[in-house]
Amino acid sequence: MASSEEDGAGNGSLEEKEKGRKRSLGALATAWLIGYNIAMTAGWLVLAIAMARFYMQKGTYKGIYKTIQKTLKFFQTFAVLEVVHCAVVRTSVLVTGVQVSSRIFMVWLITHSIKQIQNEESVILFLVVWTVTEITRYSFYTFSLLNHLPYFIKWARYNFFIILYPVGVVGELLTIYAALPYVKKTGIFSLRLPNKYNVSFDYYYFLIIVMASYIPLFPQLYFHMLRQRRKVLHGEVIVEKDD
Amino acid sequence: FVLYQVEILDWKTKQQLCFLDKVNDNIVEMAGDSIYCLADPHWYPARQSIRLDPKGKSLRDEEILQHLPVGTTATLYFKDLGPQIGWTMVFLTEYAGPLFIYFLFYFRMPFVYGLNDKLTSSPHPVVNLACICHSFHYIKRLIETIFVHRFSHGTMPLRNIIKNCFYYWGFAAWLAYYINHPLYTPPSYGQNQINFAVIMFLICEAGNFSIHITLSDLRRHGSKIRKIPYPTKNPFTWLFFFVSCPNYTYEVGAWISFTIMTQCVPVGLFTLLCFIQMTVWAKDKHYTYVREFKDYPSIRMAIIPFLL
Repeated sequence: MASSEEDGAGNGSLEEKEKGRKRSLGALATAWLIGYNIAMTAGWLVLAIAMARFYMQKGTYKGIYKTIQKTLKFFQTFAVLEVVHCAVVRTSVLVTGVQVSSRIFMVWLITHSIKQIQNEESVILFLVVWTVTEITRYSFYTFSLLNHLPYFIKWARYNFFIILYPVGVVGELLTIYAALPYVKKTGIFSLRLPNKYNVSFDYYYFLIIVMASYIPLFPQLYFHMLRQRRKVLHGEVIVEKDD
Repeated sequence: FVLYQVEILDWKTKQQLCFLDKVNDNIVEMAGDSIYCLADPHWYPARQSIRLDPKGKSLRDEEILQHLPVGTTATLYFKDLGPQIGWTMVFLTEYAGPLFIYFLFYFRMPFVYGLNDKLTSSPHPVVNLACICHSFHYIKRLIETIFVHRFSHGTMPLRNIIKNCFYYWGFAAWLAYYINHPLYTPPSYGQNQINFAVIMFLICEAGNFSIHITLSDLRRHGSKIRKIPYPTKNPFTWLFFFVSCPNYTYEVGAWISFTIMTQCVPVGLFTLLCFIQMTVWAKDKHYTYVREFKDYPSIRMAIIPFLL
C-alpha cells in the first residue's frame, strides 16, 4: 500500500488545530520540515519530468526505469526519515512505518533486485501513481507548514487518492506477480535446508503472503483516508469506533 | 446513614441506563462490582466496567461509594467489555495447543513432511530430548495453571484469546517443524552443547516452579492483601534478592537453553519475543511494587539482576 497515508503537518485535523500544533513545534524543527518537504516535492517533480521527457522523446516506456532508478531510489529511501519525523509531528509511527516499508520493499526488494521485470507496464503504472501522490502530498505539507495552503492542494490531497490508491495497488500487485517466476527460478533471498541454523526461508512464498496481505490491509487504509477526507473537506465529526 | 442516589450512564452515548434511589452504602456494597440493575444476565459482572469518568479506569470490586469523590448523587459510567473468559480456561487453551501441535511434528504426521517421511523418526537423539523438554515445559505449565496459580482478576476479553492462540500455537508449529524435520542438523558443538543446555533447562524449570509456589503462598486462603515476595529457604528463590519477577527470568532462561539445545533460529526468535514480552510485564510489575510499598528493596531490578 505505497500510497498517501497519515501525514505530518496537517493530519486530517481542522486548520486551527494544525496551526496550534505547528506553533508548538520549535523553529528549528519547522525549518527542517519545510526544507525537507520542499526538497521531496522537488525530487518527485524531477522524477515526473524525467519520465515525461523520456516518453516524449522515445515514444515508449521501455527503459524508463533504468533512466530514473537512481533518483527514485534516492528520494524514496530518504523518506525513511519520515518515521523519525513522527516524534515531532505526532503522527502514528506504525502507520508511517508500514507505508515507508512497503515503498522500500517495492523499490529495493522487487524492482531493484529482480531486474527482469523492470520494463513491465505495471511498474510504470505504480511509478506514475507514486509520483502524482508524492508531489501532491509533499506540497500539501509544505504549504501547511507555511500556513498558506491553497484549497486546490488540500482538495487534491484528499481526492486524488480515491483513484490513485487502488490503481497504485494494482500496479504493485501486478509487478510482484510478474516477478514470481524469476524468484522461483533464481531462488533469490531464499535459504534452504539443511543448514546449521535449522531455518529456511522461501522468498517465493513470502511474496505470495505479501500479496495476500494486501487484502486485509488495503481496505483499512483506504477507508481510513476516506474518513479523513470527510473530516477535513466536509467538517464532519466522526465518532471513532472504540474497542 | 448516608443515602445515595446513583445514576448509571452509557460511557459513550451518555444515555441513562438506570437510576437507583435511596442507595445505602452497604446495599450497593461497592461501585465497581455487579450492578445488576442492568437486570439482564447478558451483562454478567466480569463484563461490566463501571467508572467515574467515561474514559477513566474501571472501579475495583472492593470500592464503596463512601470513599469515592462523589456527592450524595453519584454518576457512574458503564462500559461493556465484551464477552469474557476465565484465566484458567485461557491458560489451558494456550498451553494445551503447543503441547499437542509439537507431537504432530514429532511423530511426523503424513500431512506435515510429505508421504515419504511419514511416521518416521529422527536419527538424532537430541530431537527426542527436545520433544521431552518441550512437552515437560507445557505439562508443567498446565499443572501449575490447575493447582498452583491464584488469579487476581477473574477474566480476560474473549477476543484476546484468539489472538494469543494464533501466536502461541503458530510459533509452536513453526519451531516444531524445523526441529523434527528430516533435514534437521544437530548442534555444532555436539554433545557438550546439548548437555549444557539440558542442565540449564532443568535449573530454570525448577527455578520457575519454585517461584510460582512462593508467589502462590503469598495468597494463601484467598487473601487479597498484596505482599512483597521474599527469598525462602529454597535456593532457587534467592533470585528474589536481585529481581522482582524471577519467574520471568527463569522462563527466559529455559527458552534460551532450549535454543542452545536445538540450535534452531525459529526457537531463538521465539525466545527473543518472549524476552521482550516478559520484560514489559516484569517492568510493569516492578513499578507497581515500587509504588505500592515504601520499603521495597532498592537493589532489585525487574527481570535481569543489576541490568534490566
